[in-house]
Amino acid sequence: MRFLDYFRSKNKGTASIAKERLQIIVAHERSDTSKPADYIGQLQQDIVEVIRKYVNIAQEDVIVSLDRSDSCSVLELNVTLPDHYQPREQKSA
Amino acid sequence: MAKIVVVTSGKGGVGKTTTSASFATGLAMRGHKTVVIDFDVGLRNLDLIMNCERRVVYDLINVIKEEATLKQALIKDKRCDNLFILPASQTRDKDTLTMEGVQRVLNELAHDFDMIVCDSPAGIERGALMALYFADEAIVVTNPEVSSVRDSDRILGILQSKSLRAETGEEPIKEHLLLTRYDPTRVSTGQMLSVEDVQEILAIPLLGVIPESKTVLHASNEGVPVIWNAESAAGAAYSDAVARFLGEQIEHRFITEKKGFFKRMFGGGSK
Repeated sequence: MRFLDYFRSKNKGTASIAKERLQIIVAHERSDTSKPADYIGQLQQDIVEVIRKYVNIAQEDVIVSLDRSDSCSVLELNVTLPDHYQPREQKSA
Repeated sequence: MAKIVVVTSGKGGVGKTTTSASFATGLAMRGHKTVVIDFDVGLRNLDLIMNCERRVVYDLINVIKEEATLKQALIKDKRCDNLFILPASQTRDKDTLTMEGVQRVLNELAHDFDMIVCDSPAGIERGALMALYFADEAIVVTNPEVSSVRDSDRILGILQSKSLRAETGEEPIKEHLLLTRYDPTRVSTGQMLSVEDVQEILAIPLLGVIPESKTVLHASNEGVPVIWNAESAAGAAYSDAVARFLGEQIEHRFITEKKGFFKRMFGGGSK
C-alpha cells in the first residue's frame, strides 16, 4: 500500500530531529545542576587565580565554554600561557 | 466548592485565550456556572475573543483595588446564561495584581461559581504566576513545535514548585495537555512532532488535540468562541476536550489525517 515510501524516505522529515533536541534540552533543564550561567563566571575567576600563582596571565587568557549533549556535558577550558616564562614578581600570601 | 482551572503555556500565541474562551463556554454549555478571568493585565484580549469588548466598564484590577464590586465588573455572556467574563485591565500596571487581592477575588467567586477558568498571559512573570498560583487543575496549551514544548515543560516545573498546592504540600495540580494547531498530514510526513512525541517529552495526560483549522480565525474575527461551531473540527475537538475534562471517556479524534482514494493507494504516511 505504501510502496512509494521508499522514495519518500529520502526526504526525511525534521520532526525526529526536533524530538531529539527537545529530549536533551528538557532533560537538562529539569535537573538542578543545569544552570551553568550561575557558576561559570566564578569558575573562570577561580581558575585564573590558581594559574596566576604560577604564571602571569590575564583574565581573557582563559576561555570557558560548555557543550551539552545527550548523556554528558563537556566543560572546555582553553588557557593561553605566555610565550615566555614570567615568574610572578612577588609571592602572594 | 468551585474548581479553579488555569489555561497556561509559557509561550505566547499558542492558543491560550482561544482555549480559555471555548473551554469556559463548553463548561457553561454543559450546565456548570462558569467565570473566565483574563490575567493578561495591560494586554487584555479575552474580551475581544468573547465579543464583549464594548461592554467592559470595570476590570479585575478595579475589583482588587476595591474601586468596584465583583458584581459590577462581571460581564454576562450574551449566548450562554451560565457564563461570565472578568476582563483584565488595559491600562494599569501588572504589579497591582497582588496575591492577597487575587485570592480575595477567587474566594468571592468560589461562592457563586462551579468553575473558575484563569486565562494566563504568556511568559513566567507576575501575571502568569498569579494565574496559576491558586489552581486546582491546569490545561497546558502546546503547539507541536520545539519552542512551545520547551516552554510548556518550564511551566510544568513552575506548576509543580511555585503554586499554592506545591508550597503547602497538598495534592499537586492536576495537569492536562492540550495540543493545538495540530496538522496530521504534516505529522504523517515527519515534518511535525506527533502527539506521541509531545506526550513522551512532557509526560502528562492528553486532554485533547485541536487540529489546525481556518474556523479558529473566523471565530475570533466574529468574537464567537470556536466551540459554538460544532460542525468544525476545531469546535468538535474543544467539545470533546471539555467532556473529557468532566470525566467522560471519549476517543481522540482529528489525530490522523483524512485520506482520499489516491493517498490511500499511494501512501500518505502511516498512522
